[in-house]
Amino acid sequence: MTNATLPRIAVLGAGHVGPAIARLALAAGHPVSIATSGNPGDLALVTQLLIPGAEPRRGSDAIARADIVVLAIPLHRFQAIDADALSGKLVIDAMNYWPATDGRLPPPFDYDIGTSEVVAERLRDADVVKTLNHVGYHDLERYASPPGSLDRRALGVAGDAPDAVATVSTFIDRIGYDAVPVGALSAGRVLQPGGPVFGAVLRRADFQRAVHSPVEQQQAFRVAEQNYARSA
Amino acid sequence: MAEQPANSTVGGKKATFPLVLGLDTFGDRTNTVSGQPLSHAQTIRNVVEEGVLAEQVGVDFFGIGEHHTDYFPMPAADVVLASIAARTQRIHLGSAVTVLSSDDPVRVFQRYSTLNAVSNGRAEVILGRGSSIESFPLFGYDLADYEQLFEEKTALFAQLLQGGPVTWQGATRAALRDQDVVPHLEDGHRLPTWVGVGGSPQSVIRAARLGFALMLAIIGGPPARFAPFAALFQQALAKYGRSPQPVGVHGPGHIAPTDDQAREQFWPHWRELIRLVAVERGFAIPTEESFAYETGPQGALYVGSPETVAQKIATNLRTLGATRFDLKYGAGGLPHEALMTNIELYGSEVIPRVRELMQE
Repeated sequence: MTNATLPRIAVLGAGHVGPAIARLALAAGHPVSIATSGNPGDLALVTQLLIPGAEPRRGSDAIARADIVVLAIPLHRFQAIDADALSGKLVIDAMNYWPATDGRLPPPFDYDIGTSEVVAERLRDADVVKTLNHVGYHDLERYASPPGSLDRRALGVAGDAPDAVATVSTFIDRIGYDAVPVGALSAGRVLQPGGPVFGAVLRRADFQRAVHSPVEQQQAFRVAEQNYARSA
Repeated sequence: MAEQPANSTVGGKKATFPLVLGLDTFGDRTNTVSGQPLSHAQTIRNVVEEGVLAEQVGVDFFGIGEHHTDYFPMPAADVVLASIAARTQRIHLGSAVTVLSSDDPVRVFQRYSTLNAVSNGRAEVILGRGSSIESFPLFGYDLADYEQLFEEKTALFAQLLQGGPVTWQGATRAALRDQDVVPHLEDGHRLPTWVGVGGSPQSVIRAARLGFALMLAIIGGPPARFAPFAALFQQALAKYGRSPQPVGVHGPGHIAPTDDQAREQFWPHWRELIRLVAVERGFAIPTEESFAYETGPQGALYVGSPETVAQKIATNLRTLGATRFDLKYGAGGLPHEALMTNIELYGSEVIPRVRELMQE
């Protein structure tokens, strides 16, 4: 049952990640809508079978009715998002720059700054918070657990607006994770692919230790990027 | 091919497909028993021997996945499959997968209809969008075109399968006008075609829209979470007016006489393989904890004794409403001898046991 007093969530994207986030939000009682750029009939079918309880909507409708909008589309499709429609909204950026599906993105994505900073730059009138990007979509539901669980795992949260970070942290806690603020949006780079917590599903203490200690995997991603740059 | 029926519900109607139990390899580079890496050429010759053994021990299908790396030196699966075809009579042979996005659908059709000719109707194709991306820069494709490449090329491939002159126009290859594409499939021969899907709902719907069968590649996490995808596939087939199609599962594993032996043999090579792949694809590097989970009843790896593996296969086939399972055997560096034992146990013990369990 959804609880009408909880923030209404709009998930943009029904690929690997979007349905997992939508199901977690539904399970926590949030009213949830989901939108894609694809065929509406296909979205209705996907929603009915994979995200029962969510409402399939057109992107603009879903955004207009939502308190929190989750971007769960491939980053290379982000340029197609209508920035004006997101004006004044609280936006969770769950996207990653992933050359294997995004190809090589044009500037400013290939600058040495965080992708969420690029997203926030384009969505100037929205409050952008980075989270939900560093745990694999197949792990998100498996590790979700109620507050206080012994083995509870953590999700990093980064954003420039304290109120937005607080609202998103409450949401993250409700859907099954300890929300760990890592600082401003620029500090959210630590949550990116190649960073010390990317792909890992850590308990709060381990998460906090990891974000302060860059590890081998960070170099690993750099190597992949270099290989890609060389061969492309 | 096994004639034992297994049931699958499509739009309320029961559709019957044979239970098919196969093997897949990516041509994982093998070591000698003492740990020395074998050459690419010897690894490929070993794959031929493995395919021949698979037929001898009663495996239904032998698939080879296209890759272009030092640890999977296997770019020309169809050539290797043709050598296996020449030494076998019964086993079905196919790609697992063909990276269609960076290939030409006309050439893929031609190579596999040629394989169908030399094997007397035993060829199959599993099309993939490619989770490994090395073929894109190698053949001059831009990853930014990933979606369009796969969408257009699968649609053209579906048209080629129908036979007869092809007229096609798109952005990803030269247009065709009333083009006769040879060799024609012989009367009564099909070229069964699957789409390999890793969990994107849109890919499941695309497979259904084009009327292909669905191969779920489940390489991590609980296979049961894919059950809604099988349901989505059946509903989408009905929505797009397609005939019933089977659902298959591709899963990695290793079989040895005991659970402990299988885990001990597989673990160091699996860890090393994923460590290498993690660099390219961003996977988390496996830990002993994650390995224990994945090899346990909830996980995605089929590692253990024949009984352990058979139980897991049967359970997951039932959960997913699937009628086919392809075990991806091998992991970089496991010696050829261990792979031969794996194949022997899979054919002689796992397959009969799964058939028995599926009849219960």
